[in-house]
Amino acid sequence: MSHILIIVFAPLVAAIIAGLGNKRLGAVPSKLITTGALFVSCALSWPIFLAFLGGHAETTVTPVLNWVHSGDLNFAWALQVDTLTAVMLVVVTSVSALVHLYSWGYMSEDPDQPRFFAYLSLFTFAMLMLVTANNLVQMFFGWEGVGLASYLLIGFWFRKPSANAAAMKAFVVNRVGDLGFMLGIFGVFLVFGTVSIPVILHEAPGLAGTTIGFLGFRFDTATVLCILLFIGAMGKSAQLGLHTWLPDAMEGPTPVSALIHAATMVTAGVFMVCRLSPLFEQSQTALNFVTFIGAATCFFAATIGTTQTDIKRVIAYSTCSQLGYMFFAAGVGAYGGAMFHLFTHAFFKALLFLGAGSVIHAMHHEQDMRYYGGLWKKIPLTFIAMTAGTLAITGVGIDDVFGFAGFYSKDAILEAAYARGTDIGLFAFALGVFAALLTSFYSWRLVFLTFFGKPRWDQSEHIQHAVHDAHGHDDHAHHDHGHDGHAHHDHASDGTAGYHPHESPLNMLVPLGVLSLGAVFAGFVFAPQFLSEGSGEFWKGALVFNEHLLHAMHHVPGWVKLAPAGVMLTGLAIAYYAYMVNTALPAAFVRQFGFLYRFLLNKWYFDELYDAVFVRPAMWLGRFFWNVGDIGIIDTFGPNGVAKVVALASRGAVRLQSGYLYSYALVMLVGLVGAISWVIAR
Amino acid sequence: MIGFPILSLMLLVPLVGAVISLVSDRKTARLVALAATLVDFVLGVLLWTHYDIGGAQWQFREHAAVFAGFDWKLGIDGIALMLIVLTVFLMPVCIGASWNSIEKRAGEYYAAFLFMETLMIGVFAAQDLFLFYIMFEAGLIPMYLIIGIWGGANRIYASYKFFLYTLLGSVLMLIAMFWMANAAGTTDIPTLMEYDFPPQAQTWLFLAFFASFAVKMPMWPVHTWLPDAHVQAPTAGSVILAGVLLKMGGYGFIRFSLPMFPIASAHFAPMVWGLSIAAVVITSLIALVQNDMKKLIAYSSVAHMAIVTVGLFAFNRQGLEGSMVVMLSHGIVSGALFLAVGVIYDRLHTREIVRYGGLAINMPYYALFFLLFTMASIGLPGTSGFVGEFLSLLGIYKESSLIALVATTGIILGAAYMLYLYRRVVFGDQKNADAAAMPDLDFREWAMMVPLAAAVLWMGVYPESFIAPMRKDIGTLEARVAIARPKGDADVKFGGKTPAAVAATLGSAQLKGAK
Repeated sequence: MSHILIIVFAPLVAAIIAGLGNKRLGAVPSKLITTGALFVSCALSWPIFLAFLGGHAETTVTPVLNWVHSGDLNFAWALQVDTLTAVMLVVVTSVSALVHLYSWGYMSEDPDQPRFFAYLSLFTFAMLMLVTANNLVQMFFGWEGVGLASYLLIGFWFRKPSANAAAMKAFVVNRVGDLGFMLGIFGVFLVFGTVSIPVILHEAPGLAGTTIGFLGFRFDTATVLCILLFIGAMGKSAQLGLHTWLPDAMEGPTPVSALIHAATMVTAGVFMVCRLSPLFEQSQTALNFVTFIGAATCFFAATIGTTQTDIKRVIAYSTCSQLGYMFFAAGVGAYGGAMFHLFTHAFFKALLFLGAGSVIHAMHHEQDMRYYGGLWKKIPLTFIAMTAGTLAITGVGIDDVFGFAGFYSKDAILEAAYARGTDIGLFAFALGVFAALLTSFYSWRLVFLTFFGKPRWDQSEHIQHAVHDAHGHDDHAHHDHGHDGHAHHDHASDGTAGYHPHESPLNMLVPLGVLSLGAVFAGFVFAPQFLSEGSGEFWKGALVFNEHLLHAMHHVPGWVKLAPAGVMLTGLAIAYYAYMVNTALPAAFVRQFGFLYRFLLNKWYFDELYDAVFVRPAMWLGRFFWNVGDIGIIDTFGPNGVAKVVALASRGAVRLQSGYLYSYALVMLVGLVGAISWVIAR
Repeated sequence: MIGFPILSLMLLVPLVGAVISLVSDRKTARLVALAATLVDFVLGVLLWTHYDIGGAQWQFREHAAVFAGFDWKLGIDGIALMLIVLTVFLMPVCIGASWNSIEKRAGEYYAAFLFMETLMIGVFAAQDLFLFYIMFEAGLIPMYLIIGIWGGANRIYASYKFFLYTLLGSVLMLIAMFWMANAAGTTDIPTLMEYDFPPQAQTWLFLAFFASFAVKMPMWPVHTWLPDAHVQAPTAGSVILAGVLLKMGGYGFIRFSLPMFPIASAHFAPMVWGLSIAAVVITSLIALVQNDMKKLIAYSSVAHMAIVTVGLFAFNRQGLEGSMVVMLSHGIVSGALFLAVGVIYDRLHTREIVRYGGLAINMPYYALFFLLFTMASIGLPGTSGFVGEFLSLLGIYKESSLIALVATTGIILGAAYMLYLYRRVVFGDQKNADAAAMPDLDFREWAMMVPLAAAVLWMGVYPESFIAPMRKDIGTLEARVAIARPKGDADVKFGGKTPAAVAATLGSAQLKGAK
C-alpha cells in the first residue's frame, strides 16, 4: 500500500512549499496546495478504513528509511497501517481537510495565511507520523512534531503577549509529560531490548512477575513502564495535573482549536494507551492509575466548564473532560470503547469548535457568552450545527432506535466501567455519570446563552468597536452626527447596539454540514463495527479487545443503562430553568455559594499553584545560582581571587594584563623544553 | 586511502593561508581565508568519502621522525574523522560571519582564524602525545587573541578568565603526560590507549587530565569562563568556540581518559555524573534568567555538554555514540545559534534581548532559521539535537535511572529557556523602531544558514552517515571500558517465575536488563 506514503507525505510537501513560499507564493496558491494535499490524503485514507471495516485488509508496514542504529538499538522510519491506524487516519485527514477548508473563510482577512496553512499541514504530517509509527521513537517524533505545530499555531498571532505565553506554556507543560515518555522508552528498551511496538506487545506477557529497579527502589516492571509512558499521555491529552495548557491554548485561531485541541492531537494519549494496550494489560496498578486519572479529569474539567464564560474555554474544558472518559474507558479495559469515543468525539467536538468559530466570526471576535444571546435567528445554520453537536456530546438517543454519536460511545464507556465490577471501575462510573450531568448542563448552557434570550451584544467592547467603526465611516461619508446619535439610542434598548451578525460564508458552512452528519450518524453507523461481539474481527489484535467485558456490559442492571439518559435530561432541565426561565438564578447561586463559584471560575487555582511552586522558584533559583553561585562564589574564589593574589604578588595589575599572553607562551615553552629534555635524557 | 598525505595537507593549507592573510589588506585577506577554508572543506569531504568504514582502526597515517622520540605522527579513526569534518565545515561559515563585521586589523584576524584551524585539525589528527599537547594548548592562543583584540568592551577580563582556567588544567595535564611517557616508554597515542597503567597511577593521571578536559568542556563548576568568553568574542569566535573548541574536552575524555584510565574512570564516574546533573539543572536555570542572548546560549552549552559527559561515563554503546552525536550536533546547532545572534547583532549592535522583539514580522526567514536551530537545541526529534540526546540519556538510564531522570529534566528546562528567548526576540510586537527596521537575511547570510540547517536536518533524519564511521571505534572503546561499567540499578528481576521460564516466554535475546 504505497498510498500511505502519499497520505503521510503530501501534507509535509505542501507545508514546505507554503511555508517557504510564504508571501512570495501568495495566499491563494498556498491555500490551494495545502488544502488540495489534505483532500488527497483524506480521499486515500477512507478506502483504507473501509477495507478494514469490510474485514479484507491486513496490517502493512511500509519502510521509508533507516533512522538510528546504535549497538543493539535499532529503529527506522516506517509507516504501519492496521485497524487502529486506519481509524486514526480517517479521523485526522477528514477533520484536517475540513478545517483547512473552513479556514479559507475564517482566516480570509489574515495577512499571514500562507504561514497558517503551512502550520496546519505540518501538524497533519506529524500527527500522521504518530499514528503510523511502528516503533516508540517514531511515535515520539510525531508526538513532538504535533507539539511543535501546536506551539506555532497557539502562538500564531504572535503579536499578542497572551498568545505567546500560552504557546510556551503548552510546549513546556507537554515536555513534563515527555520526560515520562522518554524514560518510559528507555525502560522499555532496557527490558525488551527493542523499541519496536509489535515486538514489545508480543512479548509483554512475559513481564508477569518481574520487577525492575527504578530510582533505587524495586517495582513491578510493567507498572513502571506503563506509568512512565502514561505520564507522556497525560501531558499530550491534558489530564489532571498536566491539563493547564489546554484552556490557554484557546489563544490560537479557532480552526486550530477544532483540529488540534479537540479532534486529533489531544487524543494522541488515548491512542498511545490503546496502541500499547497489551502492555498496559500486564499491570493492574497502571490500569487503575489510568482509570483514576481519567475519571478524576472527566469530573474536574466538567465542574470548571460550568462556570466559564468564554465560549471556547467551555468547549476546551469539555474536551479535557471527554478525554477523561476515554482514559477511564481504557483503564477499565474497554479500549474499543475508548477508541470509539475518540472517533465520535472528533466529529462532534470539531463541530462544536467550528460552530463556536462561526459564532465568533459573526460576533466580531467577541468570545464572551455573556454578550451573546438571541443569535439563532441571525445565524440559523450555525445554530443547527451547534445543536447537532450538543445533542451528540450530551448523548441523546433511544436504545435500539437511534442516537446521536455520543450516545453510543459515552454510554458504552459508562456501562463498561460499571461492568468491570472493581472498586475503581465503580468510582469511574460514579464520577462519569456525574460528569455527564455537568456535561449536559454546560453544553446546553452554552446553547441557551448564545442562541436564545435577548441580545446582550451592546455590552461587548468588540461589538461596540465594530459598530463605532461602521458608524465612524458613516460619519465620514455623510457628516450626519445627529442621525447617528439617534440611531445609537434606538438600538440601546434592544441590546443589539445596532450590530447585525451575519451567517458565515459557504466555505465555513460546508465543513459544519459535513461534521454535523458525523455528529448525527457516526455513532449509529459505526457502533456495530467498533463495539459488538464481532469487533474482535475488526480490530484484528490492533488493541486488546475484551469479549468478557463486552458481554458483561449487556448484563448491567437497567438503572445503569438509564442513568446517562437520566442525568442528561436533568442537566438539560437545570440549564433550561436557569438560563431560559429564571435567569436570575445563576446570579443568586453565585451570591449564595461564592466560594465554590470562585473556586471553579479560577479553575481550582491550578495556575496559581503552579506559578507559586514551579515558575517563581525556578526563576528565583536561576537568579540565585547565577548571582550567588557563579558570580558570588565561583568567580570570587576562582579567577577573581587568583587575580587578586597575583596582582598583590606582582604589585600591579597593569603589568600583569599585558603579560598574560607571554606567560601563557612561557608555560608552553617550559613544557616543550621539558619534553625535549626528556627525549634527550632517555 | 588516498595517494597523498592528506592530513598534513589539511594542516598546511590554512597555515599558508594564515601567512598570506597576515600580510594582506582586509579584502584580500578575507578572500584568501575563504579560499583556504573551502579548500580544507573539500579535503575534509575527500577524507570522509575515502575513509574505509570498518577498515583499519587508524587510517591516513603519516609518520616522520622529527628528533629522537618526538615524532610528526598523524592518523585518524572515525571519531577524529567526524570532528575534523565538523571543524572544516564550520570554518568557512566563520569566515562568512566575519566578512563585513571585522574592520580593524583584518589580516591578523583571518590569520588567527586560519592558524587556529590548523591547530584544531592537528588536535584531532595527532597521534603523538606531545604533538597533541602542543596543538591542544597552542590552539587556545589564537582564540585568546581573537577575544582579546576583536572582542567586546570587557574583553580583557574575559580573555584573562579564559586563560586562567585553561592554564590550571594544562599544567597538570603536561605533568601527567611526562609521567605516562616515562612509564609506558612511548608517546604513541594508539599504543597508550591499549596500555594498562597501574590502578593507583590511573587515579591521579585521570584527575590531572580531568582538570584540563573539565575546564574545556566546560563542566560545572569550572564553567564560568565560558559565558564571559562568548559574550566578548566576535560572532565567529563564538561559533568556533562553541562549535569546535568545547569539543576538545569531550574528545580528550574519549581519546585519553576513558581508554587509558578505565579503572579510574569507573572510580570517578559517580563524581562526573554528579557534576553533570548539577550542570544540567543549575546552568539551565541560570539560562532562564539571562538578559543577554549570547550569555543565555553559553549557559545552554554548559547544560548540553553535561549530557555529553553523562553519556560518556555511562560506558555503554548508546551512551558513547550518543555523546559523540551530541558533540557533533551541538557543534552545528550552537554554532548556528551564535551565528543567528550575530546576524541581528550586526544590525543593531546589542545583545540585550529586550532591544529586539517582533522580528518575525520584518525578518520572517530569519525567524524560520532561528526556529529550526532553537528546536534542534531543544532536541526536537527530526533534528540533530534529538538523536544524540536520546542515545546519551538512554545510555545513562541503563546505568542509573536516577541520574537519567535528573539529566532528562534538561529537556523541560531547555525548552523553557530557549522558547523564552525565542519569544522575546522573534515574537511579540515590534517595540523598538530600530529593530523593526532591520532587513531580512541577505545573500551572504542565507549562504551560511542553509548548510547549517541542512546539516541539522540530515543528522536528525539520517544520523547513520555520521554514526557509521565511528561505530567500530566506539565498539573498541566500549570493550576497553567494559570493566568500568557499573551494574545498573534498573535491572529486571524475576519474582515467582524462574528466569528460565521467563526467558522462554520473552525470548532470551530480549532480556538485556537481566544480564
